[in-house]
Amino acid sequence: MASSCLTKSKNFIIYNLKSKSSFTDRISAFTNSLFHHRLLHTISPLPVRKHAAYSRVNRTDDSQRFFELAYVQRRLHSTVSVSSDVTQLPVESPSLQILDFPGGKVKFTKKLSFTSNSTEERVHCYRVLDDNGQLFTDVDSLEISKELAIKMYTNMVTLEVMDTVFYESQRQGRISFYATTTGEEAINIASAAALNDNDFVFPQYREPGVLLWRGFTLQEFANQLFGNKHEYGKGRQMPIHYGSRKLNYFTVASTVATQIPHAVGAAYSLKMEKQDSCVITYFGDGGTSTADFHAAMNFAAVLEVPVIFFCRNNGWAISTPVNEQFRSDGVVVKGKAYGVPSIRIDGNDALAIYNAVYEARKMAIKEQTPVLIEALTYRAGHHTTSDDSTRYRSVEEIERWRGDQNPVKRFRAWIEGRGWWNGVAESEYRSSIRKQVAQVIQVAERVEKPPVADMFNDVYDVPPTNLNEQEAFVQKTVKKHRQDYPSDVPL
Amino acid sequence: MASIFQRIGALSSSTTLDTKKFHLSSPRSLLERKVSFLVVRSDAAKINSGVNRIGGRAHHLVANAVATKADTSAESTASKSGHEILLYEALKEGLEEEMERDARVCVMGEDVGHYGGSYKVTKGLAPKFGDLRVLDTPIAENAFTGMGIGAAMMGLRPIIEGMNMGFLLLAFNQISNNCGMLHYTSGGQFKIPVVIRGPGGVGRQLGAEHSQRLESYFQSIPGIQMVACSTPYNAKGLMKAAIRSDNPVILFEHVLLYNLKETIPDEEYVLNLEEAEMVRPGQHVTILTYSRMRYHVMQAAKTLVNKGYDPEVIDIRSLKPFDLHTIGNSIKKTHRVLIVEECMRTGGIGASLTAAINENFQDYLDAPIVCLSSQDVPTPYAGTLEEWTVVQPPQIVAAVEQLCQ
Repeated sequence: MASSCLTKSKNFIIYNLKSKSSFTDRISAFTNSLFHHRLLHTISPLPVRKHAAYSRVNRTDDSQRFFELAYVQRRLHSTVSVSSDVTQLPVESPSLQILDFPGGKVKFTKKLSFTSNSTEERVHCYRVLDDNGQLFTDVDSLEISKELAIKMYTNMVTLEVMDTVFYESQRQGRISFYATTTGEEAINIASAAALNDNDFVFPQYREPGVLLWRGFTLQEFANQLFGNKHEYGKGRQMPIHYGSRKLNYFTVASTVATQIPHAVGAAYSLKMEKQDSCVITYFGDGGTSTADFHAAMNFAAVLEVPVIFFCRNNGWAISTPVNEQFRSDGVVVKGKAYGVPSIRIDGNDALAIYNAVYEARKMAIKEQTPVLIEALTYRAGHHTTSDDSTRYRSVEEIERWRGDQNPVKRFRAWIEGRGWWNGVAESEYRSSIRKQVAQVIQVAERVEKPPVADMFNDVYDVPPTNLNEQEAFVQKTVKKHRQDYPSDVPL
Repeated sequence: MASIFQRIGALSSSTTLDTKKFHLSSPRSLLERKVSFLVVRSDAAKINSGVNRIGGRAHHLVANAVATKADTSAESTASKSGHEILLYEALKEGLEEEMERDARVCVMGEDVGHYGGSYKVTKGLAPKFGDLRVLDTPIAENAFTGMGIGAAMMGLRPIIEGMNMGFLLLAFNQISNNCGMLHYTSGGQFKIPVVIRGPGGVGRQLGAEHSQRLESYFQSIPGIQMVACSTPYNAKGLMKAAIRSDNPVILFEHVLLYNLKETIPDEEYVLNLEEAEMVRPGQHVTILTYSRMRYHVMQAAKTLVNKGYDPEVIDIRSLKPFDLHTIGNSIKKTHRVLIVEECMRTGGIGASLTAAINENFQDYLDAPIVCLSSQDVPTPYAGTLEEWTVVQPPQIVAAVEQLCQ
């Protein structure tokens, strides 16, 4: 074994010996600082001689010193290697060991080997609650108060109930469209709980729980779904495209991952104005394939801005499973590629999410760095009401994830274990929320739709002539053919 | 105050107009927004109004229809004193003044920082304002345009530079789906006061990919405004106006116009984004143009004057929305329209302008609108071929002669 060691890597031994000596360290540091590309080209690796003659060619001072020092180094090398090795090892010329390319120093290797396309072991996943909702011992976790825990749990239940009832209302034809967050309640609520209200949120479309946490009322949700005149979007967007300036939640756009560069820009503005808050942006596994994701990650790392990239890796992008989306070890390894600190967490573990986002936020603000969080979870519902996921995945798989791995159930087990919740409270709360949601639907349904004038406002800050003309034309046409237009749309 | 004069002028000419078709509301209705700074109208507005006519100036221009730079500067200098400046410097001056005035204005783009921009429009700004405020970005137009949008929604006023306008095709998704839309879809909650600018147009042998005319691709996007500058005077004025506007504005510059020299006023001025510029008043034919083609038109105008024609040349400047007020008044006077553009024939600004004029001023035309554009071909590299893809002065002269038969 010893001999194979020696033959395998002579370079290694020499370098090792060199590093043990502080004198050689200082010399090599000095040498490296004189290393220029130009100089390198002018020097060919000199063969090592024990007692080499110093070149007598007239050179500039710098290069003279360089030669001298490089030479000193070589002499030291040969001295060292001779004294400590049994066999005479040919010494490597130091100019081949480290080079200062643009971008930093790189060590060379003589081995021709490619890095593998995957590591043997996948990146580990951080979790604090076990499958039954019991906290592990010896775990990295914050203590959360009873009040916070109950608030988190009740919000998760509200989200779950809200999703069910709204989904049903779409099925009944009362709203046109809906997308549930079933299976991702923990991600929604726990991540929101770990942030401050003045942190800015750039959502994809499966994060209404963040709005819910911040105080968006059930009525406000319903108003947006019905597109009535009370909703903040003024009836211009599809259902679930919520937005609230007041709550620092930017309006959802249907385009996938376009919010990620927006988040980086927002974080840039925070950095410019030196604010003590961060930005968080959410996206799914599918979103990480887009150009916007990659460019934004790169930008965030280069600009050093306080943004949390939160990837909800829920296994499916409509009907595309993750193994058809990318071949990397999930999304967490991509952070390393861009120079972004990252972590993989259990997305069905509310406490793990809370801890991770809390830490990420601190890190992002204090060190002005982006952070990538990959939360492994499962999209237990269909992509939207326009999808029937049983067409491309098994019902058993869906049922399994709705069962034990259900984040609401796991957190409930933990909170009940602490004595802060029980079955009675559960059923009371659920029926109360269900009633409330049904109520807000009825109210929202009866509210008038936004007026036709709102179709032309806000395209610009002030409507230009052509839009005024077009509006006048529409008004005239509607007045003339009133019976052909919906009666609940005012002019 | 000028708005009142405008309406008088409008009313007098609208009596015969079929009001069903086009309500001649003054574009000054756009000035419902509060104007707190000095907005200098181009002298074109003063000429068009019934009152306050600078008649003397108009006569001078008719007599000396010489298409030199002195001509364009004649109508632009509002004061006797001024300083000589190149177009790219004028852009920089406007940019710098706005950055000094408002700390929220920032610049982002490739090589805009320490390199000073590929056409030196941002030279010297990074050392002055810091390299966070004049940001060098990696090569991803979709990302830094998206970044600009995100920053704008937070309250900053970013200027996004495309190193060449053609590269902004990569940012089309962000520009169309987000920049143009988010103010609307958020119900007015978030505004996007970005300026997207960069050099475009056919240059000197830059190759097909770097000779794009993006105004034709962007013109449909609802929610954005487009302006094209052509002289140092309007470049600075439009840059300032675009930065102060709360709407997303795309400012089209032309690669070959950066070194134009002109004397511009020392005092501060901001131009109106939605206004066209009267370059040369005339009687026989209205020639509508913008950006570099303005100079080809003025060169042709020299020849035309020698041949006895009196063309009225308007630099439309505002590509979205069109200044149909100025254009309309001109058409009512001359009854003949020639559009000279650098866009391709299909789907260009000229095509839209032709449709808009036909729709609104059908009754005033004595002849069909003629539109001279580039051919529907990628711009060839060979210099001789490239020259013939863009409209040349002899073609303009021939078109006017035909139109005025």
